[in-house]
Amino acid sequence: MMIVLEKRSEQSKAMTFLSPVLAIGLTVVIGGFIFTGLGLDPFKALYIYFIEPMTSIWSVEELIVKAAPLILIGAGLAVCYTANVWNIGAEGQLTIGALFGAAIPVYFTAWQSPLVLVLMLVLGAVGGALFGAIPALLKNRFGANEILTSLMLVYVAQLLLDWLVRGPWRDPQGFNFPQSVPFEGWQLLPLLGEGRVHIGAILAVVAVIILWIMMGRSLRGFEIRVIGRSPRAGAFAGFGQKRVVWFCFMLSGALAGLAGICEVAGPSGQLQPTISPGYGFTAIIVAFLGRLNPIGVLFAGILLAISYLGGEAAQVELGISDKTAQVFQGMLLFFILACDTLIHYRIKFAPGAGAAKEA
Amino acid sequence: MGALEAVILTIITASTPLLLAAIGELVTERSGVLNLGVEGMMIMGAVCGFATAYTSGSAMLGVAAGLLAGVVMSMLFAFLTQTLMTSQVATGLSLTLLGLGLSGLIGEAFTGLPGVKLTVLDIPFLSDIPFIGPILFGHDILVYASLAIPLGVAYVLFRTRLGLIITAVGGNHHSAHALGYNVIRVRYGCIAFGGACSGLAGAYLSLAYTPQWIENMSSGRGWIALALVVFSTWLPKRLMIGAYLFGTVWIMGLYVQALGVAIPAQLLSSLPYLVTIVALIIISGNKTLTKVNTPACIGQPFAPER
Repeated sequence: MMIVLEKRSEQSKAMTFLSPVLAIGLTVVIGGFIFTGLGLDPFKALYIYFIEPMTSIWSVEELIVKAAPLILIGAGLAVCYTANVWNIGAEGQLTIGALFGAAIPVYFTAWQSPLVLVLMLVLGAVGGALFGAIPALLKNRFGANEILTSLMLVYVAQLLLDWLVRGPWRDPQGFNFPQSVPFEGWQLLPLLGEGRVHIGAILAVVAVIILWIMMGRSLRGFEIRVIGRSPRAGAFAGFGQKRVVWFCFMLSGALAGLAGICEVAGPSGQLQPTISPGYGFTAIIVAFLGRLNPIGVLFAGILLAISYLGGEAAQVELGISDKTAQVFQGMLLFFILACDTLIHYRIKFAPGAGAAKEA
Repeated sequence: MGALEAVILTIITASTPLLLAAIGELVTERSGVLNLGVEGMMIMGAVCGFATAYTSGSAMLGVAAGLLAGVVMSMLFAFLTQTLMTSQVATGLSLTLLGLGLSGLIGEAFTGLPGVKLTVLDIPFLSDIPFIGPILFGHDILVYASLAIPLGVAYVLFRTRLGLIITAVGGNHHSAHALGYNVIRVRYGCIAFGGACSGLAGAYLSLAYTPQWIENMSSGRGWIALALVVFSTWLPKRLMIGAYLFGTVWIMGLYVQALGVAIPAQLLSSLPYLVTIVALIIISGNKTLTKVNTPACIGQPFAPER
């Protein structure tokens, strides 16, 4: 038996929506086998992993806290990837955004005013956008591959953060721990309700709506889609590819930077050597799972946040490594890409090797 | 051991994993496939190599396991990109994410355990010559392999029929197909070769460079190897020079620190990444250098017309 792909005459609309569902299903099934291999009851483990995070108020709040940065970053990356601009350095832009924003409480520790918060958020976005502009500049000016440069800059950003919190920005009263002064009052994001949910969640939803309108209803969105499909056609329409590269990198950088400052002014409340558990990389999966569509990203972000929480729950209740979360996330992206083939192709099983050779 | 001798030896150990991973990717890219999963294949090679060597006590078995892990990972990539015709960029990224996650899970049980170090091949008399002995004849098998493989690749690519076929498939897959070559099969082979080399690079990290398992111990080397291939303009011999230049930069930070120069350690650690960016700028700006050897079909999926 050989697998033969037959091209569909047009894209399958149904498969565009079914493919992520199928991919999630496959991930869960393989996950069940992995749990069995680890000597666990697969049904109990899967319940703890995927269902339990949604059963209590506390964990739903935690879910929103984790989903917000994933959605913010993922929505920006979705725009990038639609334009065929490969920003994979969101983790670095997140870090630099956090540093820019955190500069206010670090240098003006006593300053308290609503303006502080606004300034921090703006600086966070500006920092991320500027850091995102570097690979855009290198691509447009020198033709340097943006995948490699944006990824290299992640390491540079993380080392810069490490130096700052261990060196010049270390809290003098912090008993030599590598952390900045704790933020206070207006230096922290206002909470929604009693729990840990902060206004970052609102920012994420607003960003999704704006990007959804931009991509579907504006000339800029059309330009991005045309350049992504065919740069040549875009050039005939008078769209500049370089301008799209600038726009995509700075937009996704700004959103990643915003996510970064929300992380340090929200859940952490200070700068530490590690800001995010890899949100910038997980957001790549979010963008693909969300069909590169901002609204889709909203749901995908929540799903990936479940995998983080499930990983933590599984560690506590089942005594297995929280690394399983990363494995699930990686598998999920793999299956989505594989299932996406069904959008463009029909799978046929040819009876023998001879028939396949002919094809 | 003299200071110069020590410096040269550490440069060799720092360059070897870069060279191994990059030469594999060079062959993959020559056939027209861009596999961004080098980092993922490398880290899987490292963890499987370490785990096997630790359990069996044999470093050579570890090397074999590392190689095998790289090949298995690369076959996942090949099945998706070649058979299911998925996007090579996205699939490569997912291979890296999967590899980093999976290696963390597998390696958790092995963290902090003493490793098995790959032994140095002792060549009678030659290894005992002062200075020249340790530098030329005092290495483990992977160092020699890292030098032999690029030379072998250069020979195959430019002197044999197979090399011509690979270049043709990478240069124009429709023509190669029309001539009767099985494009997909050639690409499967080249992807597997890339996986094997990345796996060996990983095994070198966990069996020779630092004989233990540390999470994310490849620390971006797979990505630097990808940049190296661009830097070499797809020429194996230039790749060897490039790998040693990058290896020197990688190790330079340690020596500057040891000399007590007042530069933040983090700045020195970020040198390899910054230098990679600079190298990419220099080489990408030079259109004549890059255009000549760039495989024309790189990154494009091949669907035979029927």
